[in-house]
Amino acid sequence: MTEERVGVYVCHCGHNIAGTVDVEAVAQWAQTLPYVAVARDYRFMCSSLGQELIEKDIKELGLTRVVVAACSPHMHEPTFRGVSARAGLNPYLMEMANIREHASWVHRDDMAAATDKAKALVAGAVRRALELKPLEPFKAAIKETTLVVGGGIAGITAALEIANAGYPVVMVEREPSIGGHMAQLDKTFPTLDCSACILTPKMFDVGTHPNITLLTYSEVEQVDGYVGNFTVRVRKKARKINTDVCTGCGDCWSRCPAKVVDEVFEAGLGYRTAVYRPFPQAVPKYPVIDVESCIYFQKGTCRACEKFCPTGAISFDQEDEVIVLSVGNIVLATGYKTFDPRQIPQYGYGRLANVFTSMEFERMVNAAGPTGGKVVLRDGVTTPKSVGIIHCVGSRDHRFNRYCSATCCMAALKFSHLVKERTNAEVYQFYIDMRASFKDYEEFYVRILDEGAHMVRGRVAEVTDAARQPGEEGKLIIQVEDTLIGRQRRIPVDMVILMVGMEPQEDAVEISHLFGIGCSTAGFFTERHPKLDPVATMTDGIFICGACQGPKDIPESVGQGAATAARVLSLIGQKEVEIEPIRAQIDESRCSGCRVCNTMCPYSAIDYIEELGVSRVNPALCKGCGTCVAACPSQVITGQHFTYEAIMAQIEGLLYDVRSGNGHKTVAEPQPVEVA
Amino acid sequence: MSKTNFSELNPAWGDRQPILVGFLCNWCSYRAADLAGTSRLGYPATLRDIRIMCTGRLDPAFVLKALREGADGVLVMGCHPGQCHYQEGNYKAMRRIALLRRTLAQLGVHPDRVQLAWASAAQGTIFTEKVAAMTDVVGRLGPLEWRDTIEDPAPQMKVLSLEEVAHG
Ligand SMILES: Cc1cc2nc3c(=O)[nH]c(=O)nc-3n(C[C@H](O)[C@H](O)[C@H](O)COP(=O)(O)OP(=O)(O)OC[C@H]3O[C@@H](n4cnc5c(N)ncnc54)[C@H](O)[C@@H]3O)c2cc1C
Ligand code: FES
Repeated sequence: MTEERVGVYVCHCGHNIAGTVDVEAVAQWAQTLPYVAVARDYRFMCSSLGQELIEKDIKELGLTRVVVAACSPHMHEPTFRGVSARAGLNPYLMEMANIREHASWVHRDDMAAATDKAKALVAGAVRRALELKPLEPFKAAIKETTLVVGGGIAGITAALEIANAGYPVVMVEREPSIGGHMAQLDKTFPTLDCSACILTPKMFDVGTHPNITLLTYSEVEQVDGYVGNFTVRVRKKARKINTDVCTGCGDCWSRCPAKVVDEVFEAGLGYRTAVYRPFPQAVPKYPVIDVESCIYFQKGTCRACEKFCPTGAISFDQEDEVIVLSVGNIVLATGYKTFDPRQIPQYGYGRLANVFTSMEFERMVNAAGPTGGKVVLRDGVTTPKSVGIIHCVGSRDHRFNRYCSATCCMAALKFSHLVKERTNAEVYQFYIDMRASFKDYEEFYVRILDEGAHMVRGRVAEVTDAARQPGEEGKLIIQVEDTLIGRQRRIPVDMVILMVGMEPQEDAVEISHLFGIGCSTAGFFTERHPKLDPVATMTDGIFICGACQGPKDIPESVGQGAATAARVLSLIGQKEVEIEPIRAQIDESRCSGCRVCNTMCPYSAIDYIEELGVSRVNPALCKGCGTCVAACPSQVITGQHFTYEAIMAQIEGLLYDVRSGNGHKTVAEPQPVEVA
Repeated sequence: MSKTNFSELNPAWGDRQPILVGFLCNWCSYRAADLAGTSRLGYPATLRDIRIMCTGRLDPAFVLKALREGADGVLVMGCHPGQCHYQEGNYKAMRRIALLRRTLAQLGVHPDRVQLAWASAAQGTIFTEKVAAMTDVVGRLGPLEWRDTIEDPAPQMKVLSLEEVAHG
């Protein structure tokens, strides 16, 4: 190994590393390590000047290994592999020591300890680098089809952009229709344009686009593969409707005797039948039979829909269908759910009839909604004379969600306008801070103030129907500390609207595991980089957009939807992807054919070759986890890039100071003999 | 985060502090450690970590090697059960670590010096809490200094092959 020449590059990362780790000292010390030909520190290694510095050294000093002590390999490993490759060094001979995320940022109060740890990590990386072997990445063709999961405005935008570019898209939507939350809204802030008017043309386009296959009432069950080559199993739930002959005429649902509360589309404010289409503009136009509420499925008789269907489209014995898709990229646009205000009992939702959620109110003001657009109390007839709108319900609250739901302030202002327009009632807004960033939002706020909304700053303590003062009888009293005048107030109103926060979908964590991406503790999907890579995930080929990534409004969801399309199209345009060559390899000359590894492999990637009496790894199926490597009793399986030798050397490096500090000689490892 | 004086936990530390070697899987726990960094969560500077693709890659020999090279404990962290990026590598790790802990106990090493734990990519705090908790446990156990006793007097002698062992 005498000819090896290692270059060590210690990054200051501005103040991020240098503020806690004595980077100059680390570099000077690294210079003394065996085989290290050069060690340098630099302000920003990832900058073009930093990269050129390394390239130049590789060429001029003939470096055979490079160690970059900087941030996490998840951040810049591709960057520095690129640097090595450009300078003619195999990129897999570059190793990173993570002295930022794993040292400077977590030991900020102890420079000496952070510096010591950084040295240990560098020593480990140098020893490991010396054991690395050059590798060539695989190339794999990218399938042109893209899977879009979730048909809200974010998913719709992504699907249309990709399809319009001429590439096939499969959209999987869980509900009977696409549209998501936007389809439930009446008007949209800040322009107050009609939500359905701008959404339905797009839904129609998705439904009729020659490049889009729409699978509604369907869910993804299994995902395998990697960027460019995913295999996805989708369960298409039985609609109990033969969509080949159904015309969507509506004879079935108008005759269906089973009525249930519509918790999804009408947000619990209205009813639907057992055979139903969530709303008139639904795409596709076909209804579904909800087996749970259908009298025939529950009691065995009825079949009214079947009798009245003019085309014989009712199909009670239709079964779920499983569809296997082969796609190159995946866009997740699964959206959000709203906070359940029953968790804050003092606001009275579910107990006090005239306390509504914001989603209920959206349905109420919608001309196509349960009240035909009339703003009325729960009795269905009384028009409120005063309305209290409570902001931040379940948001910015350490008991529930610490984050701001981003859309509620603006939606509350929108409601103020709609209440005034429909009823001329007095409107009280109870807010903690008004947030009206982004284009035209502040102007909208000022407009609503001009319309005469009363703004009360303070978090509401309680909503009660217990009257204490004259004028409170029969009202809902909002108890609040008005923090602008420093006084407790009791404000009687007829109707209360709770601006419930945006939360991750109930199953967001499971969905993140299904697709192998990260999510925050709350359950919002994690982007690859919060600033520079907001729609990619840590898993190549899987992108996220819309409210599943965090609370956001329609313009931002649309922007992200289009951004995912751009990312997908750029990958499709590359035609091939590079796949990390981290795979297991069996030295067949030393394999005893015991077959322990065969059963160990989670992907059945190892076959036993009967004629030769040995096992062999199929590199196309192997994903490089290394389970077989650790299990092989003869130690003849190599885990590429994570070899036995590399890890053992890294351990020695990491503990370099314990050895010399204790004055011990290296403990020689007894060497196994070759089995003849 | 205030610095612990480990000699208060166990006088044998003197002015030393415990050294733990960590094996973190690429997909969950390494990212949890990254997240701890981006979130600036502090934890004891006792852990020196190695990234492996999956806890299933963990050869028990790595753990023994780390202890023999002078680590006072080894912390293996992976994805939660059912969430391994490679489906079931962490279940393999569970079996291997369980066996290894029993073996270590027979060699006179306290089994709690080798621990297996889970943290998802979103659980930076769980990661830091685990490092702190393990530092405390090892702090109480005192230095291992296993290498002083483990060395065979004749380590350089050739190792017999299995056939040689079987047939004399
Ligand atoms: C009361 C209220 C009023 C609002 N008013 C406005 C406004 O005026 N202006 C504005 O800009 N924004 C407004 N918003 C915000 C707006 O609703 C969101 O920004 C927008 O709907 C986000 O779109 P999305 O596509 O990301 O998610 P969603 O609309 O939630 O769509 C997600 C879709 O994915 C589907 N899905 C979920 N999980 C799965 C799965 N596992 N498999 C398949 N499909 C799945 C869902 O069924 C749904 O169709 C308001 C929000 C609220 C709560
Ligand atoms: S990938 Fe994390 S334990 Fe397998």
